[in-house]
Amino acid sequence: MPPENEKGTSRREFLRTGLHGAALVGMGVLAGRLVTHSASEKTVWQIDPAKCIQCERCAVNCVLKPSAVKCVHAFSICGYCQLCFGFFQPEYNEMNSAAENQLCPAGAIKRSFVEDPYYQYVIDEPLCIGCSKCVKGCTAFGNGSLHLQVRHDRCLNCNECAIAASCPSNAFVRVPAREPYLIKGKEHA
Amino acid sequence: MNAKEGIRLWALGIGLGVVGFLSAPACLAEERFPPPDFDSSGYQIPQPATPQPAAHFHEILDIALLGAALALAAYLIFRKRSRQGVFWLMLFSVAYFGFWRKGCVCPIGALQNVAEAVFSSGLVLPVVVAVFFFLPLVMALFFGRVYCAAVCPHGALQDLVLAKPFPVPPWLSHSLGLLAYIYLGCGVLFAGLGSAYIICEYDPFVSLFRRSGSANMLLLSACFVLLSVFVARPYCRFLCPYGAVLRILSQLTRWRVKIYPDRCIDCHLCDDSCPFGAIHKTTLPEQAAPAWGKGRVLACAALLPLLVVLGGWFGARLAAPFSRLDSTVRLSDRIRLEESGAAEDTTDPSKAFRRTGQAPEELYAAAAAVYGRFRAGSWWLGAWVGLVLGFKLLTLCWPRRYTEYEADRSLCVACARCFAYCPGEKGLLVPKEKELKNEN
Repeated sequence: MPPENEKGTSRREFLRTGLHGAALVGMGVLAGRLVTHSASEKTVWQIDPAKCIQCERCAVNCVLKPSAVKCVHAFSICGYCQLCFGFFQPEYNEMNSAAENQLCPAGAIKRSFVEDPYYQYVIDEPLCIGCSKCVKGCTAFGNGSLHLQVRHDRCLNCNECAIAASCPSNAFVRVPAREPYLIKGKEHA
Repeated sequence: MNAKEGIRLWALGIGLGVVGFLSAPACLAEERFPPPDFDSSGYQIPQPATPQPAAHFHEILDIALLGAALALAAYLIFRKRSRQGVFWLMLFSVAYFGFWRKGCVCPIGALQNVAEAVFSSGLVLPVVVAVFFFLPLVMALFFGRVYCAAVCPHGALQDLVLAKPFPVPPWLSHSLGLLAYIYLGCGVLFAGLGSAYIICEYDPFVSLFRRSGSANMLLLSACFVLLSVFVARPYCRFLCPYGAVLRILSQLTRWRVKIYPDRCIDCHLCDDSCPFGAIHKTTLPEQAAPAWGKGRVLACAALLPLLVVLGGWFGARLAAPFSRLDSTVRLSDRIRLEESGAAEDTTDPSKAFRRTGQAPEELYAAAAAVYGRFRAGSWWLGAWVGLVLGFKLLTLCWPRRYTEYEADRSLCVACARCFAYCPGEKGLLVPKEKELKNEN
């Protein structure tokens, strides 16, 4: 091989080695800065109930079917109403748990008598589809104790949460994984 | 006023303050019906269940398996030279990182988290995401694209279904290969400005791994899988933004895939076996260094800065459509329409905005700030596209000589197919010296 070609090869090798080292150092610095800069705490998606407008997108836009968003009942602020606006259709026939009287399309709210005149409402989570119809009724006319939350036994914690991307009120927020819920009325409990 | 009274007043003040503080966020859910005191029934007010996210060990397991899979891939490719081993590792990766972990966390998407953490401060970058992003890059600096070879579930899935590869003509594969760099630029721009994670949103395989998603995305998955049967790894070669980063870094790799274990006899069986068109033929003496070579290289080098500036100028024109991907800008446009009376109805976002009681002017100002960032960002994106184009031209006309069949550093995904085809691998070749002796 002619000597000038060899020289060309070694020059290329030198350049390659230099860039290789530079890339390694650069990546190390970047990674170190990013990891030390951030608190390196895992975050998960959650709904801020104060911002939620009950648009029903949570039920359809989640990558899971049914959605990872479910209705959660903050019992501590519930009025235990006999006539619950989250449970009954606006034009109910009778005040009982017959299907035609219920607002929930999945029949996921269980109503039971506690003591006169109070009734307890419990969400049957496997049935709940996160449509927020009950939340809307309870927020508009009641105490707002029914509210939507991302359930972390179901949520895949997608990088780009499909619901967050379509949420009209920016109610989806990343919260630290050690406190993954924004349950309403915590301050009363 | 005695001390007791003072304390009482203080307590009252603090109490009022606390009540005010507590009722401020709860103004949307005022207690119309005070929670009752249950005394006759002895009812205890229950607490809502709070199922916790998956435990921490999952992440540690993911990181450990990623590291192990990368090391195993490098071992199988460089030491064992075994296509079969790579095949089994691919199956594992599709099963675990794909279908079991549902394609998340993956380095392709992690790229956006890193971009957002770099460009907009205040975002928390979890350690697992950082490791998934950087580990394959570091491996690429030593062993080339071993991540693409057998660890990436996207690549492995496409490779596994590849049954009848049709060759893509070089002009087309070179041009389509540029799309990945453009996609990378767009992904970094939108994630860096905190507007959207388009790479995750339009990922063609993740909905397949999850076996759920919108009809459009499932259709896109099906199209890509079908295409992968006939075109080798279409996503990896033409779209994958992380693959684009790996292509750049694997140029600097320490060890590279060597097709022949001993020496090349120019049989070009490897070239036929490579479905990616990643193998360079031996340069024939008459092909070497054409007379126009130098002039063309100089012309391309001169064109490079021009393309960068032109790209930047053109990119800046696109700031307005790009910024529409940001929800603040979209909302501001909508509110402006409603305020001017051009739109009479309201949308869910505008309704939600009205509920906050914020003044439209504040929103306009926020949107203008976002738009300003997009103007700068789009300039950089355009300049990046210009740079990529210029570099592509430069590398295309850079005179190269290959003394034997050689795998391209950046295009080779180390799938190990060519090993099985090389006659030298099977010991069919006699070393040159012996051959000569026998003839004598």
